[in-house]
Formats: sequence, C-alpha cells, structure tokens
Amino acid sequence: MSALLDIRGVTRRYPQPRRHLLHPEPPLVAVNDVSARIAPGETLGIVGESGSGKTTLARMVMGFETPDEGQVLFDGEDLHDLSAAALRQRRRAFQMIFQDPYGSLDPRRSVGWSVAQPLRAIGQTSNRRAVEDVLHRVGLDPADGNRFPHEFSGGQRQRIAIARAIASRPKLIVADEAVSALDVSVRAQILNLLMDLQEEFGLAMLFISHDLSVVASLCDSLLVLRGGRTVEHGPAQDILAAPATEYTATLLAAARLDPPTGVPA
Amino acid sequence: MRAHRAINLWLGAALVLPMIAIAAISLIWTPYDVTLLDVGNKFAPPSPSHWLGTDQLGRDVASLLMSASVNSLTVAFVAVGMGGSLGVMLGLLASAFGGWVETLVMRLADLGFAFPALLFAIMLATAFGPSLSNAILAIAFINIPVFARVARGAANQVWTRDFVLAGQAAGLGRARLTFDHILPNIAAPIIVQATIEFAVAILAEAALSYLGLGAQPPLPSWGRMLSEAQTLMYLAPELAIYPGLCIIIAVLGFGLLGDGLRDVTDPRLKQVRA
Ligand SMILES: Nc1ncnc2c1ncn2[C@@H]1O[C@H](COP(=O)(O)OP(=O)(O)OP(=O)(O)O)[C@@H](O)[C@H]1O
Ligand SMILES: [Mg+2]
Repeated sequence: MSALLDIRGVTRRYPQPRRHLLHPEPPLVAVNDVSARIAPGETLGIVGESGSGKTTLARMVMGFETPDEGQVLFDGEDLHDLSAAALRQRRRAFQMIFQDPYGSLDPRRSVGWSVAQPLRAIGQTSNRRAVEDVLHRVGLDPADGNRFPHEFSGGQRQRIAIARAIASRPKLIVADEAVSALDVSVRAQILNLLMDLQEEFGLAMLFISHDLSVVASLCDSLLVLRGGRTVEHGPAQDILAAPATEYTATLLAAARLDPPTGVPA
Repeated sequence: MRAHRAINLWLGAALVLPMIAIAAISLIWTPYDVTLLDVGNKFAPPSPSHWLGTDQLGRDVASLLMSASVNSLTVAFVAVGMGGSLGVMLGLLASAFGGWVETLVMRLADLGFAFPALLFAIMLATAFGPSLSNAILAIAFINIPVFARVARGAANQVWTRDFVLAGQAAGLGRARLTFDHILPNIAAPIIVQATIEFAVAILAEAALSYLGLGAQPPLPSWGRMLSEAQTLMYLAPELAIYPGLCIIIAVLGFGLLGDGLRDVTDPRLKQVRA
C-alpha cells in the first residue's frame, strides 16, 4: 500500500550556544534519523519523554521546519523540495491540532473567522454554511461562530481548533499533545470526537503524546522516541503487549499508574 | 495596585481631554482674533475682557494660547502619525522576514536613534529654510526608529504564537499573516507608544519653535511665545509662564495617559493583578 505520509530518515539539529571560548558546542540533535510511514486513514502514535523530539518531528511533517537530512514525502511529494507557493497550495491536505487550546486561536478574531481561515486560504470566500456545518460536526452551536475564544472553555476551544483543522477536508491531521492540556473528563470526549471524525472522513492521524495510555486505544502503529532516536517502531498492539525495551516498559508503567483516561471502545 | 495604575490613566485623561476640547473650540471661536494687534493696550493685566491679559503687541494671550494648542496637537498628530506608520511598517517587515532584512532595518533604527532630532531639524532648516513642515518632518523622522523597534519586538512575540502557525498551516503567506494576525495583536503596545511619543513630539515642536525652526509668525505657537517672552522676562514674566505651563500640562498629560494605557493593557501586569 502506498503511504500517505512517508518520513525518510529525517534529522534535525539545533545549534547550541558556545560555552567555551575555544570549543564550539556540538549541535543538539533533536531528531536523529527517524523514519515512519502512515497509510491513508491510519493512525501513527509518537510517544516519548519530554525533549525526545516529538514536537520537532511534527513541525517537520507540517513543513514549519526543514530537516537537515532526510525527506518528508506527502502523497509522494517531498514537502521540503517544493517551492513556497506550491507548499502553500498543498497545505490544505494536512492540518494540525495544537497542544494549547488557549494559544492556537487568535484572541482578536471570532471563532467563525478562525474556522473559516483555511477555506479563505483556498479561495472559498462564501463559506458561512461550511463553517456552521463543521462547528455543528464538532459538537458546537453553529451560532458560536460569532463569539470570541475567551468565551469558551479549554475543551470547547479544542473543538474549535478541530473544526478549523477539518474545515479544508485534509487527509492527515497532526495532533501534538492535543488533549494533554485538558481536564481528564474532557479528554475522553475529545479523543472520541477525533476517532469519529477519523472514521467519517478517512483521516490519517499523527498522534503525539507523552502518555502511552492515550495513544494505546487510538493508534495502529507506534513510534517510540528517546533523545531524538527511534527506540521502537511497529504495530501498536505488539509494542503495548510486549515492549522490547526498558524505556517503553517504563512509559507503559507510568501510563498505567495514571488514572484511566478512559476511551471506551 | 489597580487604583494606582488607574490614577495615571485618569490624571492623564483629565489633563489631555480639556486641552483637546479647547483646541477644538478655538478652531471656530477664540475670544479675540489672534492677528489683531492693539498696541495701545499692551501688557494689560488679566481682566474680564482679557482673561490672561495682553502681550507686548496687545494681542489677547488666552486667544493665542488656544490657537497655539491647535498647532501643537496638529504637529504632534501628523508627525507621530507619519513617523509611526513608517516605523511600524518597517518593524513588521523586519519581523516577517527576519534574517538580513531584520538586521538591516534594526541597524538603521540604531542609526536613527543615534541621530538627534534637533540636529536633523537644523539640517533641514539650513537646507530648505526653517518652516513648520520641516519641523514636522524632523519629529516624524525621530519617531521611525522608535516605532520600528516597538513593532518588531511585539511582532516577534506574536509570530511565535500557535495561532500564527495555524494560519501558516492554512496556507497563508507572510504578508497575509502580518495583516490578519500580527498587526491586530500588536495594536495595544503601538497605541501606548504613540500616546507617549505624542508628549515627546509636543515638547519637540515647542523646542524647535522656540529656536525659530518650527512655527513661523504669525502662526501662534507655545514655543515661539516662550522665546518672544524671554526678552521681556523682567517686564512681564507671566507671558513666559503661561505657554510654559501649557507645554508642561500637555507633555505631562500625554505622558501619564500613555503610562496609564500601558499599565492597563500590558498582559504581564494583568497577570500580577489576577
Ligand atoms: N527552536 C529550538 N531551538 C533549539 N533547541 C530546540 C528548539 N526546539 C526544540 N529544541 C530542543 O530539541 C529537543 C526536542 O524538543 P521537542 O520540543 O521536539 O521535544 P518534545 O518531545 O516535543 O518534548 P515535550 O514532550 O516536552 O513537548 C529538546 O531538547 C529541545 O530543547
Ligand atoms: Mg512537544
């Protein structure tokens, strides 16, 4: 099966400030030769401790950052080889849901304006109906479009962010810690919404979390990162059933100690 | 804490608003025509007919001060408006493109900072003759680097916010993102800075007019009234005190208003309050 997203040996280095006069600091390798594939409609989970490079990888997939080595192929095209204009055109097909629902919506813009943004960007200017539909789809009142972000709770804002992400009918959603900032009780609702949408629209997802219990129920395959390197990569069930490394086992144990976030099947 | 901040704001407004009102009134009405000389009645003391007396040429001082306030406010408005818009545009440009564009703009701003407005005004006056428009240009010029810095600093912060990334993910370019997200979100610090620079501009206009590099006769100006009164200090000190007071009130008023606005809009201070 041809992959929708094909991450091929990407590496990303950040220069570090010099600490000694004579010895330049070696660059920090945030992501080190990582490969992964996602087929259409499939979900890849990325887990790892803080600082393991999850966000950096997501940013490269979204084309916000260019890998120093390797390629990110979306639908067979190398994103970082496209011209800026061509990349902007492709963007409607892969969207992101951010961790912080308080920072991902412009406080000075109405909810409807934000949700319509991806539609305006592709030239759909009369999008009132589309915005109302998509707000309704994520469980909000279509009239909420006229209100402003500060009038909503964290969970509601994340619904708005999801509405914006699916408005342009993408094929891939990148969700970086999309439920970490939410109350445990709201988490399950948002995760269920994502799963429903995934089924309905045949969305592929790149689902990032430091919490294995969240990804367990959601992902087809799993990529475990540590210090920018791949620790384990394979079908989620296999890894969860029999983690091959101490590190994964620790992550798993930590997740089991947490109160269950409960994603009823 | 909150009351203390509000005091700046209200005090500033209490000084500034009456001044603006008086300037507006003087556009349609002043007690006397400011070009009307009445040499027979010079140095008249304050009286019901001449509230603040008359000057060395018998002109009504209250009318002169009123008309001069229009001059001050207009100069400040035009100069801060021109310099501010240009500065904000440069700051947004620097922030949107980064790299060598940002370095270039910011080094130019440093250069502008190092260049005193007075010197620039004198250069303009030498080259093109002293005039009010040259004074405005000089004041506008010093405002460019100020606003470029403020705009760039504020814009750089907004660029790191997730909602800008979301806009980028939607397929928008830098120009669109700047207009849709950056500009609306830096409006507050820009308005605060503009209010403070308004005070600076009023002072600068007074200084330039005092030196003969600003408003030319017969246009009334606080700065020129001050310089004309200087030679009469022993004869009629009040002629220097009145325009001096006006300058102080205007500068203090806009300064306090700007400080007050900043205190109210600065999110860092808001968090302390919460
Ligand atoms: N812009 C940057 N400049 C320099 N170093 C960076 C930058 N972004 C990330 N890093 C570093 O790269 C490493 C990986 O960061 P990243 O944000 O990808 O981790 P993460 O897995 O998302 O962590 P978390 O779970 O805390 O979000 C970290 O050590 C971080 O300090
Ligand atoms: Mg992260």
